[in-house]
Amino acid sequence: MQKGEDTNDGRPLVTNRTMEIVVALVLLAGCTLVIYDSVRLGFGWREGEGPAPGYYPFWVAVILAVSSFINLVSAARSAGASETFVSLRPFGRVLAVLVPSLIYVALIGYIGIYVASAIFIFAFMIAVGRENPLKAIGVAAVVPVALFFMFEKWFLVPLPKGPLEAWLGY
Amino acid sequence: MDEIVSLIGGFKVALSWYNLALMIVGILLGVIIGVLPGLGGANGVAILLPLTFAMPPTSAIIMLSCIYWGALFGGAITSILFNIPGEPWSVATTFDGHPMAQQGRADEALTAAFTSSFVGALVAVVVITFLAPLVAKFALQFGPAEFFSVFFLTFASFVGMGKGSPFKVLASMCLGFALGAVGLDKVTGTLRMTFGHEELLIGFDFLIAVIGLFGIGEILSSMESGLKFSGSHATIRLNVVLQTWKHLLKLWVTSIRSCIVGCWMGITPGGATPASFMSYGLAKRFSKRGANFGKGEVEGVVAPETAAHAAGTSALLPMLTLGIPGSPTAAVLLGGLMIWGLQPGPMLFVEQKDFVWGLIASMYLGNIAGLIIVLTCVPLFAAILRVPFSIIAPIILVICAVGAYTVHNSMFDVWLMLAFGVVGYIFTKLDYPLPPLVLAIVLGDKAEESFRQAMLASQGNLSIFWSNWLVGSIMTLGTILLFWPLVTWLQDKRRSLNSRPVAASAGAAAVDKER
Repeated sequence: MQKGEDTNDGRPLVTNRTMEIVVALVLLAGCTLVIYDSVRLGFGWREGEGPAPGYYPFWVAVILAVSSFINLVSAARSAGASETFVSLRPFGRVLAVLVPSLIYVALIGYIGIYVASAIFIFAFMIAVGRENPLKAIGVAAVVPVALFFMFEKWFLVPLPKGPLEAWLGY
Repeated sequence: MDEIVSLIGGFKVALSWYNLALMIVGILLGVIIGVLPGLGGANGVAILLPLTFAMPPTSAIIMLSCIYWGALFGGAITSILFNIPGEPWSVATTFDGHPMAQQGRADEALTAAFTSSFVGALVAVVVITFLAPLVAKFALQFGPAEFFSVFFLTFASFVGMGKGSPFKVLASMCLGFALGAVGLDKVTGTLRMTFGHEELLIGFDFLIAVIGLFGIGEILSSMESGLKFSGSHATIRLNVVLQTWKHLLKLWVTSIRSCIVGCWMGITPGGATPASFMSYGLAKRFSKRGANFGKGEVEGVVAPETAAHAAGTSALLPMLTLGIPGSPTAAVLLGGLMIWGLQPGPMLFVEQKDFVWGLIASMYLGNIAGLIIVLTCVPLFAAILRVPFSIIAPIILVICAVGAYTVHNSMFDVWLMLAFGVVGYIFTKLDYPLPPLVLAIVLGDKAEESFRQAMLASQGNLSIFWSNWLVGSIMTLGTILLFWPLVTWLQDKRRSLNSRPVAASAGAAAVDKER
């Protein structure tokens, strides 16, 4: 991995300390959800059944809450100079793959996984990778076709299909 | 000597042309998976799992376990040539492997890495061959309390042997338990924590978690660090191989020590990654050339590679004999067993002899095939890394999405995979360990079931976990491991209290000298 490029990374966005606190708080929120539902289900002893269905999630959530609380306190107390969790430019690169992935997954439901994959690979190679368009078209065509034959023909595992496949008769 | 007879039977099963071909395909796929960022042993096997549904179970597991061996081999290539650990367990290999490559000794480093991986795996397979039947026979008498105690030991050892904050290990693990508890409660049939959402009925599948946490998470991390591959070329010449082998023979002490560390960490679920670090640390401490470590010492490649491979292989022992996997990849293989309709655990050795011994025999063959393939095909695999990441990243993402979809044929799982990816990215950066999370999702409901059955039998009396010497000693060992971080913390505290006056007097002495 390439390290020590802080000068090129742009402005630091979030510190590790902040992220630690956020994660601990999210986990604590999750605990309240689990404990709430465990109380509804009952977390005591039931005659003939043993521990009630909520018993195990309840205690799991209690341990999670205690650990998260300790993590929260230790993060909050480590006030001094804190390491950067992510800077502007690296965060941009993360978004450059995360946002297209979200769009890609959303597209699968409408146009099927094969066409969506082709569009995703092509767009990513052009927009993020600045690759040669011909090369992008090639890769974007070969991968879905290979997947199609592998799953639909060879292993007989059906994947989500859209209008194009319907038009082709699948 | 029943084992030898059974093993010969196993070789007869494994040595068909079909199985041999699958072995080679598996190794090749595995090395590619190990070399590529974003695809590792665990999620690589998880993604390819649906492809094996049509195969007979023995062939399927032979192929999947060979993918795993291949991934273990593959990690070393990127570590040595590119200073990029393809897998977490090969981080320690970069310390001495990459300096060697920079000095133009890449072929020596690669030969040493592959050979010691092979030695580590071979020793672990021998251990499995002779120990597994014993453990299985022993485990046939296990009741729910005994099973729970083994689960307890498994998770306690994550806390006791993990690096970093024990509370992060606990948090990660309990998050896994909580996610695993979502859905239908198998004991009473009640719905838990679904909050009226039908998608949550079947719960969170750990395969989705594996693909998301390890696959998508790693893609995000790789993108963040703006991965550019720049590495040395390497082809391996036969005379270098022979010379390195001669040199390796002299390092037999390190090899044996690393094998012991690896097998121990693999059987108790410490896993391959801590095993490799521990073995590297021990080698550095005990070697005569310890001061040279980090500058390109062959011993510094041998130690972590042997231990990682020994641990990765022996992690299959508890998976086969007790149904309790020692690593995320072993957990995925366990998931495979259940999908093919085999119940992992001690009965496997009684009811599915052909399957078990076929698998064990394939471990011997797979590793020999693996060694030959990686030694001869290094330039090919190194070329894969020169493909730009902007081509590899979307393809891996597509493969992950396909893999996640095929687990239950559900789009909800694909969304879930992305969510797990973000969690994996954040957790890795904050040092929350991922393997306990994954194993908790897999084993949570089984641990709960054995706990509830044990409680029912004892009418709620916890003393059932100390009712005989076997369950009592496992529980006690687990408790010690669970509180181990506390012991080391107290030790550190006492040491720092003691050392302060010493340091002060040493300082005073230095001042005296100056006068």
